[in-house]
Amino acid sequence: MIASNGPVIPNFGQASSCVLANRTFCWDWARAHWHDTLWPALEQHIELTAIAVGIGFAISFALMFLAHRFNRVVQPIGIVSALLYTVPSLALFQLLVPFTGVTTTTVEVALVAYTLVILFPNMLDGLRSAPPEVLDAARGMGLTRSQILWRVEIPLAVPAIVSGLRIAVISTISIATIAATLLPKGLGYPIFFALQDPQPFKTEIYAAGALAIGLALACDGALVVTRRLLAPWAVRSQS
Amino acid sequence: MSSGAAEIVFDHVTKRYSGRDAAALSELSLDIPAGTFCVLVGPSGGGKTTALKLVNRLISFDEGDIRIDGRSILELSTVELRRGIGYVIQNVGLFPHLTIGENVGTVPKLLGWDKKRIQARTAELLELVGLEEGDAKRYPAQLSGGQRQRVGLARALAADPPVLLMDEPFGALDPITRHRLQQELRRLHKEVAKTVIFVTHDIDEAILMGDRIAILRNGGVLAQYDTPDAILAHPADDFVAEFIGEDRALRRLALHQLGDLELEPLPAASNNLLQASARSTVRNAVSLMLDAGTDSLVVAGDDGNPIGVLPLALATKLLQS
Repeated sequence: MIASNGPVIPNFGQASSCVLANRTFCWDWARAHWHDTLWPALEQHIELTAIAVGIGFAISFALMFLAHRFNRVVQPIGIVSALLYTVPSLALFQLLVPFTGVTTTTVEVALVAYTLVILFPNMLDGLRSAPPEVLDAARGMGLTRSQILWRVEIPLAVPAIVSGLRIAVISTISIATIAATLLPKGLGYPIFFALQDPQPFKTEIYAAGALAIGLALACDGALVVTRRLLAPWAVRSQS
Repeated sequence: MSSGAAEIVFDHVTKRYSGRDAAALSELSLDIPAGTFCVLVGPSGGGKTTALKLVNRLISFDEGDIRIDGRSILELSTVELRRGIGYVIQNVGLFPHLTIGENVGTVPKLLGWDKKRIQARTAELLELVGLEEGDAKRYPAQLSGGQRQRVGLARALAADPPVLLMDEPFGALDPITRHRLQQELRRLHKEVAKTVIFVTHDIDEAILMGDRIAILRNGGVLAQYDTPDAILAHPADDFVAEFIGEDRALRRLALHQLGDLELEPLPAASNNLLQASARSTVRNAVSLMLDAGTDSLVVAGDDGNPIGVLPLALATKLLQS
């Protein structure tokens, strides 16, 4: 498995002088291995992140309703998720192996756990950010409880929800690189692989690192635009 | 444009909050005829906001009954009841995520009106409360406090409810804006003929706005319920007398406009220089006379021509009536 992805100087005959000298960054290597190494790693990384954030978002959304309805569950949820967050990600992956094996599931369970810590409190704060006079007016106008939730409280929570998503996405992209300690997946894998060589191949490390950063920036930008589209009122009120 | 007003009756209504011995409202009975602008006024702790919120059942009462047009409010579902009652509060509570137009159209939308009708109604209401059509596309955060309260009023009137509840609606505004909105609400009330219950702690506002004033004292006991003129002329007890102030005679004179009085004819040679507009109040005229040391004043009509003379004695006579 490792050999198939092997970037490191296995074929002396074809390698460029840049690669042979292990210079800071070799464009020719990056171009040559875009299709067999970098792009698949990026694709896997996007998949790992999207699934983790998607599931985390869905669970947080459900927990948000629960907490909105039953205030008592807020503290237990907060404590459990905070405890989860204190476990180092490297350790959490290994701790889960006895239960879910060396699988993508293990990675996703850990990543989802981390998104919950970020998303749930943000969403709940957002839901509670509706000013009391707005709720008073809404009730006085004859909106039902569920109309108030869907037409007032949730729309008003959008800015906070998107802010939470921005942090969750960026941290998941970052933590997902550590998944490579378990599985040959994601942008962490080329880095991890290169680091195992006594003389780590710099181009590969930098290329994968730059892709991770680029992915995080692109997602963040997309979420900023999303927030603007979903909550135009929040943008304008700041001007 | 009005679907008319409704009579509101408080029938021995009592409200106690749990954990407190004293009642918030004690056997409150009020008869508010349809179309009346009724002001609830009193010190804090008088239960006036509680009384207001009982009507749309944001707060429930323990004893007695409240009837709108003869029908107990307990017979309707809260949602049904509230959609037939306009509600305006001090901090307005506009929905920040909706445009002004969408805010005004909230209840019509819930009632299932079609888009065109909502749009036409919104435009009509924005004009009625003195906003521009272009404001419909703006967000609440882009408006001033006074503009927001205008929108709040338009939103409350949207589905043309027969009853309007207003909880210190102008309390958070600067004095100039407040005065302007008070004047406009008076004018508007004449146009739309709603039964209004208006809560304030400001006796001046109560006298200015109310057709009738209910003065509540601590513990939610009704101290007096009457027209402003009658309350100022005959305060029911010491509490009311103190609440309306020692200058109540002057306040009473402020209720009369010079143009509404039977003035004395102009003398042949009118060299009396002191002059006041027919729209001014007797209170202002008396102040002018006292200041100038004279005992009469020429009243001028809208065109500036004198229409009669007000002797100081006429003011005294007014207070004896």
